[in-house]
Amino acid sequence: MKAVSEAAVPADVRPAAKRGSRFWTIALRNRYLYLMSLPFVVWVFIFSYYPLWGWLMAFQRFKPGKSILEQQWVGFDQFKTLFRDDTFYLVMRNTLAMSLMSLVAGFATAIVFALLLNELRRMAFKRIVQTISYLPHFVSWTVAASIVTRMLSSDHGVVNDLLMGLGITHEPIQFMANGHLFWGIVTVSDVWKETGWNAIIYLAAISGIGPELYEAAKVDGASRIRQIWHITLPGIRSTIVVLLILSIGHLISIGFEKQFLLGNNLVVDYSQVLDLYSLQYGLQMNRYSFGVAVNMFNSVVSLALLFLANGIFKRTTKESIM
Amino acid sequence: MTTARIRRGAPVSERVLDAAIVVVMIVVAIATVYPFLNVLALSLNDSTDSVRGGITIFPREFTLKNYNVIFSFGGLLTGFKISVLRTIVGTILGLISSSMLAFVLARPDFQARRALSVYLAVTMYVSAGLIPTYLLIKDLHLMGTFAVYVLPGLVSAFNVFVIRSFIDGIPYALQESAKIDGANDFTIYWRVILPMTTPALATIALFVAVGQWNSWFDTYLYNATSPSLTTLQYELMKVLQSTTTGNNGDYHNATSMTQVLATVSPESVKMAITIVVTVPILLVYPFLQRYFVKGMTLGAVKG
Repeated sequence: MKAVSEAAVPADVRPAAKRGSRFWTIALRNRYLYLMSLPFVVWVFIFSYYPLWGWLMAFQRFKPGKSILEQQWVGFDQFKTLFRDDTFYLVMRNTLAMSLMSLVAGFATAIVFALLLNELRRMAFKRIVQTISYLPHFVSWTVAASIVTRMLSSDHGVVNDLLMGLGITHEPIQFMANGHLFWGIVTVSDVWKETGWNAIIYLAAISGIGPELYEAAKVDGASRIRQIWHITLPGIRSTIVVLLILSIGHLISIGFEKQFLLGNNLVVDYSQVLDLYSLQYGLQMNRYSFGVAVNMFNSVVSLALLFLANGIFKRTTKESIM
Repeated sequence: MTTARIRRGAPVSERVLDAAIVVVMIVVAIATVYPFLNVLALSLNDSTDSVRGGITIFPREFTLKNYNVIFSFGGLLTGFKISVLRTIVGTILGLISSSMLAFVLARPDFQARRALSVYLAVTMYVSAGLIPTYLLIKDLHLMGTFAVYVLPGLVSAFNVFVIRSFIDGIPYALQESAKIDGANDFTIYWRVILPMTTPALATIALFVAVGQWNSWFDTYLYNATSPSLTTLQYELMKVLQSTTTGNNGDYHNATSMTQVLATVSPESVKMAITIVVTVPILLVYPFLQRYFVKGMTLGAVKG
């Protein structure tokens, strides 16, 4: 019925007025759709858009209790404090080190794992291995940290038992108490937890490669290693590059969960990362403005890295995300 | 492709390669599973006996005492209840809100569809960060409430877009014919689209549920001073922090916990909690791996 009355409208109304009334006619017809989305529009505004005002705090000396517009403006003072803080440079070193180690190890293991899985001939075995491999992805970092500290424990942890059994070391290594080992521990934990999961996307890309390429290579007498090198790897190259660019964008925003949960006072010089620094030296000391300045530095550098990586890959490999 | 390559008379080098790959894969599988089994065995083993070492994947002196102890400690029981509750409530509300938005965004005749898509997509790339969010939660008086577990993460743009791409695959004629039958848009969403979206909803439900079950940081940040709102993950985090050497800048100590734990070793308790926290994930794991992988490729292609 509504459709009939609407079809009748344009015939006797002038174009300008027609456009206006047409908008409202459709709006009226869309009323349920508007009603259904309105609560979420408000919700998204409150939780995602409104807090963006908080970025202004980085240029203020924020004191709780007053509104953000009544605060004292201090320009770039918070950033000056940040760049003058010796801890900041230590934190940057740790962040970049762990980030790069995880990036390299994470990419290498996931790609190699996907390639090896793809070479398995027994489908049942392949499925079992794959199913097992991404189990750790679904447990929380609290569980992972609990497991890792147990495995590396100097008190009959598996790793120490193994090392001593093989005669590599004669007394248990204090893994969790040695700062020099912390970066490695975080990297290995990350690899243990995420390799299987990260390999999924490569496996999907590999399954998209046409079988005729392999057939042709076989006719030419290419060995399997050569097939992997000349067909499979080039076939997933664009996937690798896109993921690499995205990861480089996240190079300094690596979060803090692993470092928070695996770290302790003995290794703090190696475990403190940027996000943890903002949490402990900003939020937990009520230095809100300083914390926001740290986060802002983080966002700006991430964005710059993303564009840089994108530009470099665009020139060298003709692949990019933008 | 893989089956085509199986040849009886394959060269020796090929067969050696195959065997090597299988061995590597077995090692990887063991390295993944063994830690879980070891922790399980330790959690079921007598705590004084565990100290002697040598437990592998079977308990040597079987006991349920470790579990009795953790469940006699009120904090953990509360944590368990709250974790279950936030998972259920968070998942249901998350599903309803994401699917409703997805339905609206999938309607070709909706005027504000493009504007709303952009409005939502922006939130995937721009986030205010920890401190502004913290202050918002404080200003909204959500600190020390259950709502803080559910409200801030209610709608995830990513989930909305995954469901929308699924709805896009349902013929629009179905909605039109329902409309001719006199159904309004809400009825169409609830009666026609929602039942047909179950595969996508299952994926999203698992995404949300695992996220809810696994999160501890919101408890740490917002509800650390409300023992009645503690979560299992947070309790595990506290035990972790108190048993590793030194304390990691924790807000408050876990002395009450440590006193209760005097009867069994903290290490055994840690193992038992770890298992309690992991088991629900294992229970849904068969579904997880079926739907998650599907959801991930869905998101990768369309998102």
